Amino acid sequence: MEYFLELFVGGLTRGSIYALIALGYTMVYGIIELINFAHGEIYMIGAFTALIVASVLTLSGFSGVSVLILAAVFAVVYASAYGFTVEKIAYKPLRQAPRLSPLISAIGMSIFLQNYVLLAQTSDFLPFPNLLPQFDFLAPYAAVIGSTELFIIATTAVVMVLLTVLIKFTRMGKAMRATAQDRTMAMLTGVNVNRVISNTFILGSALAALGGVLIASHTGRINFYIGFLAGIKAFTAAVLGGIGSIPGAVLGGLLLGWTESFATGYVSSDYEDVFAFLLLVLVLIFRPAGLLGRTPTGKV
Amino acid sequence: MKRFLHRSSSSLIFSGFLILLLLASLAGCAGEEGKSPAGGEKKEAAAANDIRIGVAGAHSGDLASYGLPTVKAAELVVKDINAKGGILGRQVKLLVEDDACKPEMAANTAAKLVSAKVHAVIGHICSGATKAAIGIYKDAGIVAITPSATNPELTQSGRYPNFFRTIAPDDAQAKMQVDFALNRLNARRIAVLHDKGDYGKGLAEFAKKFVEASGAAEVVLFEGVTPGAVDYSAVVQKIRGANADAVIYGGYHPEASSIVMQMRKKGMKTAFLSDDGVKDTTFIKVAGPYAEGVYATGPRDTSSNPIAIAANEAHKKAYGSEPGAFFLNAYAATQALLNAIEKAGSTDYEKVRQALRSQEVETPLGTIHFDVKGEAVGVGFAMYQVKNGVYTEVE
Repeated sequence: MEYFLELFVGGLTRGSIYALIALGYTMVYGIIELINFAHGEIYMIGAFTALIVASVLTLSGFSGVSVLILAAVFAVVYASAYGFTVEKIAYKPLRQAPRLSPLISAIGMSIFLQNYVLLAQTSDFLPFPNLLPQFDFLAPYAAVIGSTELFIIATTAVVMVLLTVLIKFTRMGKAMRATAQDRTMAMLTGVNVNRVISNTFILGSALAALGGVLIASHTGRINFYIGFLAGIKAFTAAVLGGIGSIPGAVLGGLLLGWTESFATGYVSSDYEDVFAFLLLVLVLIFRPAGLLGRTPTGKV
Repeated sequence: MKRFLHRSSSSLIFSGFLILLLLASLAGCAGEEGKSPAGGEKKEAAAANDIRIGVAGAHSGDLASYGLPTVKAAELVVKDINAKGGILGRQVKLLVEDDACKPEMAANTAAKLVSAKVHAVIGHICSGATKAAIGIYKDAGIVAITPSATNPELTQSGRYPNFFRTIAPDDAQAKMQVDFALNRLNARRIAVLHDKGDYGKGLAEFAKKFVEASGAAEVVLFEGVTPGAVDYSAVVQKIRGANADAVIYGGYHPEASSIVMQMRKKGMKTAFLSDDGVKDTTFIKVAGPYAEGVYATGPRDTSSNPIAIAANEAHKKAYGSEPGAFFLNAYAATQALLNAIEKAGSTDYEKVRQALRSQEVETPLGTIHFDVKGEAVGVGFAMYQVKNGVYTEVE
């Protein structure tokens, strides 16, 4: 039973990590039906920014929570700027182009950003300090759950709730939903579609950067390639849950995390990915739009 | 990063192969002229009462760069010895023969050297070629020392009593890790993990085999982890669930650092042993305080060995370039062979074999002799442990 609990918490952490990144994918897809392959790179840039800021702050005598907050704020702002710029440069000019063009543009952006960081920083793995506060009350349960894991799980839960509230009950959320449903119609009713799309990218990038800080604190190392690997799994999670759906991204992430964790724990880690993608295939066979995705009604 | 290097190096090897192919087609003509003086030398050698040593290996083809440094090493050692009056009052002559790293050619090469009545052979270079040739030498009662054939079977099959090598076999790291875990750490339940790659999985499979063969411990877990995953807590829980008292990991440092960090964060003190893919300063940099106490095998450090420094200098002086692959191993092989002949007092097969096993010799790789199977003792890998943020050799 304890073993089950350990695997459960491990899967929960892993799933929350996927979910944090998947939220960005799913939001962008929900609005403009684009799979933003550069999203993983934004996450990576967030982690790099946090590392640089944290190193500078630690050297200049800051400590504890202030480093975490400042590093996170810088990472969020910087990564959001990247997300905003990427959309303006790579996707906006292609908004009227066939679907495939922005997709290719996204892949190009992903490759560009990876190599940019590779050249500007380093190809080596860099140690990432654990910026998160360590709770003493968790010490007896260290074997099952650590402070970092708790932080990641809690952040994902809070972020999901806030996002849902934002989309359901605010003006901006209403504009986003309108844009998602019918871009032309939204424009006709006076919604500034370009700004809504920009906001979506900024929001998604901010979440990715936040994820970058938390996840890098958990894994303890970063390099230019982490965005690609995490991005693929997060994308899988988003598709599993139904791309375009916020609760779907979280559900998909958690299911993926648990599947991997239990597959490793009870079968073998050799088959971790086999089980993860088996789950994806099965879900897509029976629910092609994903678990919580809405089947699009064809416009005739 | 090594994974990427592999990819680029394979294309490098391929283009290198093409260039070599072109060069080889040109060199074919030049080679004809070049051979006649060597033939003359051979006759001269046979006439005198010289000690004849064959040097066989890949001297042409795409793996020539593995074989040619051995020829140079042998030439340098022999030049030194001959300048000092040779051994047992006799001059040493080298008979250089090419096998192009091909087993079918190696058999011919071996037959040629046997008919030239060599007393011993330095070579061959490639494991496959060595396997093809070694039986022929055995039947003729000739000792062969290779500087580079690392295939474990050559020594472990026990079929080739005339075989010796100055390089550690492929499985030496795994053997060392298992011996260390069993005898020094007294581990009885061992978890063997790998990263599913050729290198890591190969080592892990050897480690598993050795643990099972020892009978003293059991492999409680044998699994491959996914490289680059965001989290290894499930596999770490599994190690704990299996109640392992040592982990042997085959792979590179990024995954190793993640696994070690998660183990230590979860309060596990299980010993962690790994390979030269982990014996890297990046591992310590990334894992920080969690790296303390981790064991890793790595090549023995020869950079401060005075003989190695002198040998490298001699090469630069004689050939105007840095030595190539296996140069020091070949240097050591030649030294060990000549030393054994001298100590044995003759070129008699049995006596030379005895001397190789019993006589220690100073070489660029350190002080070495050979064990019953033909492996050099004192060559190869050493066990290191992270102490205060640096890898320190474990005595």
